[in-house]
Amino acid sequence: MKRRGFLGIAGGAVALVLGRKAAAQVRIENGMESVVRDLTAGATVREGRVTLVVARLADNGYAVPLRVSVQSPMTQTERVKSITLLSPRNPRPLMATFHFGEDAPRAEVATRVRLNGTQRVMALAALSDGSFWSASAQVEVTESACLDAS
Amino acid sequence: MAARISVPATAKKGDTVEIRIAIQHPMETGFRFDVNGRAIPKNVINRVTCRFGGEEIFRAELGSGIAANPFLDFFAAVEESGTFEFEWVDDAGVRGAETAKIVVS
Amino acid sequence: MGGRRWRAGRRDREDRRQLKRLLALAFLAGTALAADRPTPLKSGVEFTGADARALQADEFANPGMLWVARGEKLWSEPAGVSGKSCADCHGDAVKSMKGVAARAVNLDGRIENCRTEQQQARAFEPESQGLLSLSAYVAFQSRGMPISIPGTADVQASVQRGREIYHRRMGQLNLSCSQCHDDHWGRKLAAETVSQGHPNGFPAYRLSWESVGSLARRIRACYSGIRAEMPEYGSPDLQDLQAYLAWRAQGLAMESPGVRR
Repeated sequence: MKRRGFLGIAGGAVALVLGRKAAAQVRIENGMESVVRDLTAGATVREGRVTLVVARLADNGYAVPLRVSVQSPMTQTERVKSITLLSPRNPRPLMATFHFGEDAPRAEVATRVRLNGTQRVMALAALSDGSFWSASAQVEVTESACLDAS
Repeated sequence: MAARISVPATAKKGDTVEIRIAIQHPMETGFRFDVNGRAIPKNVINRVTCRFGGEEIFRAELGSGIAANPFLDFFAAVEESGTFEFEWVDDAGVRGAETAKIVVS
Repeated sequence: MGGRRWRAGRRDREDRRQLKRLLALAFLAGTALAADRPTPLKSGVEFTGADARALQADEFANPGMLWVARGEKLWSEPAGVSGKSCADCHGDAVKSMKGVAARAVNLDGRIENCRTEQQQARAFEPESQGLLSLSAYVAFQSRGMPISIPGTADVQASVQRGREIYHRRMGQLNLSCSQCHDDHWGRKLAAETVSQGHPNGFPAYRLSWESVGSLARRIRACYSGIRAEMPEYGSPDLQDLQAYLAWRAQGLAMESPGVRR
């Protein structure tokens, strides 16, 4: 093995381990830290497992369809208890919490949210093992083209 | 409150079925003002539950961040025939309920 | 940056009168003069965003269907002194109302007429839940059918008056409907794309309204957009514009309840 290659691999392996630990705590939007802390009782929020599907550019901030799902076997012992939708820019950051019954086959919900301006919407999943996972998605929300006094 | 439910009429034992509910409701945020400048009080559907065989299989706690005429789409596993029972309530205490049957073979 | 040239205001008065006469003749003959209508004819749904388009296509998720469902219930409810429901005279709406909205130039007016004259009930308020629900339900029975309005003299006269209003500059922004919807459809207005201004999606669920609304409301919204005084519901100007829009959209399929921004 060439020297550079070996160092490359070793360096890469070290970076991977460090990377895993360093990226473990997901970045929380400004102003949301306390809201998230209340929900997680201070536990670490990890990035991953959660998929948030929402338009990059909303048609209108009054109704933005989104779908959130969490990778999980959904068994009695290993499942998703709830998913919470959070908004850093809405007047009320807590948008919704979806609780899944014990026999729920999929931790997946779709709904329509109101977004008060361009922001990074966050989905927070609480798992049965006490861990928390999240994903976020940037959504551009524009003003209506025309004034409407109708 | 007008509401529409989408549940498959039939399914095989063990199937995962998609359930959808749409409820007509303004989900008043409490941040709007009427023509006289008075604040319109907040009134949103704050809870929607779905039961099957008497057991709660899904519960949504909603806030004003959910769009008007709330729409929910979720999944359930069905082992036997039965009735899905939906209930919801808004901040003013007005309740709504609907049911949908499914035949499982 | 290619695209359409700014045509408005170029024709002089004499040419416009000539054109009006020509158009009237063409209309009498039952043909539509191509120059007066955008080509190709495109529904508003093609100018909305992907989410709105998907919502319109999904018959369950389409929020307007909540009003259609309500309308279906109202259809069978007795009302007024008559104690009659719509169903009592019109039977099953799926049969009797098929095509009605595709041919109507003033659906709301006709519903109100039935309400006050036949059912002898108090008129619905414009944009009231009752009127929106019934008009959504009736319009839904024409979904997929092409707009095709009667060629009667009074409709023709209304279309003519509506055409004039459509081409008239108005409001503080001094814009005519034609300048945006004939000359600049397909181009951007802020983050939105200007549509051709067709009525085939109405009554429509407008996301910004968080409700189904009538074509009249949508036209009023346009007036406020150009900072003009909004015409009153039921006013002649509004009715004439609706007639012209229907004439102009002939051939386009009804989409009600449409979903728009």
